[in-house]
Amino acid sequence: MKYLALIYDTPGNRPDPKPGTPEFDTMMARWNKLNQTYVDAGVMGGGEALMPPETATCVRVRGGKTETMDGPFAETKEQLGGYYVLECDNLDDALRYAAMIPVAETGTIEVRPIMSFD
Amino acid sequence: MAAAPDAVHTAIDYTLREDRGRLMAALVGAIGDFELADECLQEAAMAAMEHWCRNGVPNSRRGWLLQVARRRAIDHFRRQTVLRKRQAELVLLAEESQGATEIGEPDIPDKRLELIFTCCHPALDPKSRVALTLRTLGGLDTAQVAAAFLDRETTMGQRLSRARAKISRAGIPFEVPGPELWDERLASVLAVIYLIFNAGHVAGAGGALMRRELCEEAIYLARMLDRLRPDEPEVLGVLSLMLTSFARAPARLGAGGEMIPLDEQDRSLWRKDLICEGVAALDSAVSRGRGGPYQIKAAISALHASARRSDETDWTQIVLLYNTLLQHEPTPVVRLNRAVAVACSGRLTMALEELDALAQELDGYQPFHAAHARLLADAGAVAAARRAYDRAIELARNAPDRAFLEKQKRRLPP
Repeated sequence: MKYLALIYDTPGNRPDPKPGTPEFDTMMARWNKLNQTYVDAGVMGGGEALMPPETATCVRVRGGKTETMDGPFAETKEQLGGYYVLECDNLDDALRYAAMIPVAETGTIEVRPIMSFD
Repeated sequence: MAAAPDAVHTAIDYTLREDRGRLMAALVGAIGDFELADECLQEAAMAAMEHWCRNGVPNSRRGWLLQVARRRAIDHFRRQTVLRKRQAELVLLAEESQGATEIGEPDIPDKRLELIFTCCHPALDPKSRVALTLRTLGGLDTAQVAAAFLDRETTMGQRLSRARAKISRAGIPFEVPGPELWDERLASVLAVIYLIFNAGHVAGAGGALMRRELCEEAIYLARMLDRLRPDEPEVLGVLSLMLTSFARAPARLGAGGEMIPLDEQDRSLWRKDLICEGVAALDSAVSRGRGGPYQIKAAISALHASARRSDETDWTQIVLLYNTLLQHEPTPVVRLNRAVAVACSGRLTMALEELDALAQELDGYQPFHAAHARLLADAGAVAAARRAYDRAIELARNAPDRAFLEKQKRRLPP
């Protein structure tokens, strides 16, 4: 089965080091190691980090008219920061791999099965 | 050879009551789909009603039901467009069901351990875990599970089908968890079993018969778990705890259904056979040398159950056990119970100080005010005790509790 691991965290929960600092390199090394773990285990189905919510734009179509607007609506504390697609046999495997995501220590990882149409 | 519909009905009910867990476990194991397994078993039961009336009740009722349910699953897979993907499973299923045709009592592999871990998976909400475990592994039908929760049958039916759907759609596995998940998952299973027991043990939930049945279901599940995984001391711990608590059940309620406190119970009514079994289970657990919260609670319960008279209770030992329990579960409720034990061991002032420290956190908790009232009364603070009883009565959620508290309040000196 395929699972989407949605990575949520509250801003300010984690240090946000600037590129070029040793702290940034340490942080990136952890993510790279995680990616390698996923690849080696054969569960990596892709994943990306997202730019922060203030860069988001929403679009909707009502009555044939397109409306474009700034930002997310909900003032939620936890924000979506990125995702992975994990290819696992079952939920327990997906949860085990999702728990390895560094953000799991401060935020929450939501694991959802991806719908299959075959 | 035809059979009377009534007799057939009884035979089906009995088989499902006794063997639902085994049948469901075997089916989920073979089909790999919880929802479908449940549907197929229901269809098999309906088919049994018709066939057994016409041809008589078969020798192996369990085997018959399993066989028919498997065939229903095969029919289902054949109808599905995913046939190609399922081809391998289909062949396997067909082989299995062929092999079982002529055998009187097929050798059904016992997959109930896998099943209980599926039903108690933390991806399901706690109430659904309890309901699904009762429905799937216990012998209760949906109406009985609904009665246990004071829910309507349709509401409970929806809850159960949502839970089954989540198991299938989210890919909750049908397997015994590996070592890295074992502790968390076993804790979840034990919590479900103990919740079932407590649902039966609290006054006011459902009828007396229902309550008794829930306690017995929980004990049955713990015994089953112990047989399937005999090396887990906490399983024996929860079993022991339930046995020594259940042993006291006949003395817990008065003629009017009101609670009788431990120190006023007629101890000759306690079930000595259950106490002995509970104490033996605890001894066996402790001999494994891996302690845990259920074993500690079981030891406390065993000390109560072993005292022939209330004033022979070993309160010093009980306080020590609560100290250890606090290391596992540092919760205000455990601190409250510890404080009561401290008072009973003769240190009333110390206990009252501890209750003062808990007052804010436990303000909405009825047993806190009931215990506080009693200790205040023991200390001679009658006015304060009366206020605490008033607060407890205000928070009481059922008539027997309220009646009990009002009686205690009336006993206060003027």
